[in-house]
Amino acid sequence: MSAIEVRQLTKQFGKLTAVNNISFSVKKGEIFGFLGPNGAGKTTTINILTTLLKPTSGQAEVNGYDVIKQKEKVRASIGLIFQEPSLDDNLTAYENLKFHSWLYGVDKKTQSQRIPAMLQMVGLTDRQKNVVGTFSGGMKRRLEIARGLVHHPKVLFLDEPTIGLDPQTRNHIWQYVLKLREREQITMFMTTHYMDEAEYCDRVAIIDEGKIIALDSVDNLKKTIGGDVIIIKTKDNQRAQQEIKNKWQLEAQQKDDSLMINKQDGGQFIPALFQELSVEIVNVFIRKPTLNDVYLKLTGKEIREERASAKDKFKHNLKMRGRLRGH
Amino acid sequence: MEHLKAIYIIWYRDILRFGRNKARIISSLAMPFLWLVMFGSGIKGSLSFGAGGFSGADFDYIQFLFPGVIGMTVLFTSIFSAISIVTDREFGFMKEILVAPVSRTAVALGKILGGTTIAVVQAILIMVFAPLVGVSLSWGLVLGLLPVMFLVAFSLNSLGILVASRLKSTEAFQMVMQFIMMPMFFLSGALFPLQNLPTWMSFLSKINPASYGIDSMRQVAFRFLDVPEIVADFFRIELFGNKLNLQLDLLIIAGFGLVMLVAAVLAFRKSE
Repeated sequence: MSAIEVRQLTKQFGKLTAVNNISFSVKKGEIFGFLGPNGAGKTTTINILTTLLKPTSGQAEVNGYDVIKQKEKVRASIGLIFQEPSLDDNLTAYENLKFHSWLYGVDKKTQSQRIPAMLQMVGLTDRQKNVVGTFSGGMKRRLEIARGLVHHPKVLFLDEPTIGLDPQTRNHIWQYVLKLREREQITMFMTTHYMDEAEYCDRVAIIDEGKIIALDSVDNLKKTIGGDVIIIKTKDNQRAQQEIKNKWQLEAQQKDDSLMINKQDGGQFIPALFQELSVEIVNVFIRKPTLNDVYLKLTGKEIREERASAKDKFKHNLKMRGRLRGH
Repeated sequence: MEHLKAIYIIWYRDILRFGRNKARIISSLAMPFLWLVMFGSGIKGSLSFGAGGFSGADFDYIQFLFPGVIGMTVLFTSIFSAISIVTDREFGFMKEILVAPVSRTAVALGKILGGTTIAVVQAILIMVFAPLVGVSLSWGLVLGLLPVMFLVAFSLNSLGILVASRLKSTEAFQMVMQFIMMPMFFLSGALFPLQNLPTWMSFLSKINPASYGIDSMRQVAFRFLDVPEIVADFFRIELFGNKLNLQLDLLIIAGFGLVMLVAAVLAFRKSE
């Protein structure tokens, strides 16, 4: 039995189709990533899988429970780390975890072992008695990860777990996630729009405009690129593009003021390129393919790091710091 | 059993947050304090109930106002407590609750009971000011008012949650609640008797559920404040030509509360 099973899932908001007939399954114990730009339908999918949203059509099962008919059983068996902060700023770190264990019916004895263990794992033991409102964004995220695990979920959902955090903190969060994977028997389903983060996943589904356009392991996805990525800058890119097509039957893509070529054993191809191209080459660069290249190849566009407006970002940052405090 | 536990957890969190927010406690006591001590003492001299036909009786405006201010505290606190579901939603915590394996009904009930408890506690705190204005405080008065305050607070909290389930921001909540709360307050008989009002105002006051809440608290308070029977009878609400007794007041509030409770639970379940 797989941990998550999704069949022909569709969600419409009025005329907008946020999730368009997607099907996939997640194996037990794997880290499964949903990669795509903001607005691609990642959060909508998570909200359906965690019973917060009802799908327009299609089926989904989590841990063998139907997300529409067996909501409470699904909820009891999963942990969720939301994109937006969701801690109670007026309670201490310990109280937040305690409250959570209560809600999930964790017995007292398990609580007394599990809460300290989780706090230690995310390095917040010495801050447990502090009110969460005084925490930094990174500390809050770590606490949310600890909270999502207190009740021993079988599947952990992480919706953009590192959004709005600085690179160093992002790194730390990932170390916790990977450590977690070694320690606990757990399946992880995560969404991200950071390419480098998707690399940590066992398998990645690339999602664009509500559809899954590719689903495979990171290595296999990169293999679809066909070898290495060579980026050249020439005196006349258009002529070079035409010549490359004629001589080697290769499709060179125009990217900014350079040309991008995908080629097996790219290192050996570069000397040939210099010899046989009649246009003068100004600059050359070779690298291994990234998931960004895969996405670019599939959709013809790049995932922008932040498509969120400046206002949204500002609001988000304020929330992370807990400065937009309520009454 | 599971549901009771969930209700208790939601309730407990709101009480814990309330106890931790000292500024909120103090600021919400300020309003009733101003009405009772400053407004009440100030206007007492220039206002005489002699015209009401009981000039010989030992009764003044403060005795009339005191239960009104208690009722006002219950009204304001109850309706405003519902803001907690709007802030929880705004700050994301509501998601944590909604994704937990507890029923929506239990969450709504926990929120209503939390707000009810807070309103009753605030009202009891206000009673401490009684000696300042010459109202003699007794255990009987506090204990007698307790169940009435609880019923009124529960009904009004349900109304608050019903409205709050529809609202997405605290700004909207504050606007809407002012519109609901202030007319309810002025037409409830908390500050002035509902007798001898212009017809339109009299009509509005009679369809105002808060009027029956204030009236029931006043009737209970008058028994413990040794207010003469004739005075107490005078202020009772008249409905279809009959003066309402305490039981009828409570029945009307309970009926209103039940309708609000069902509507609030349904609205909350639907909204999330």
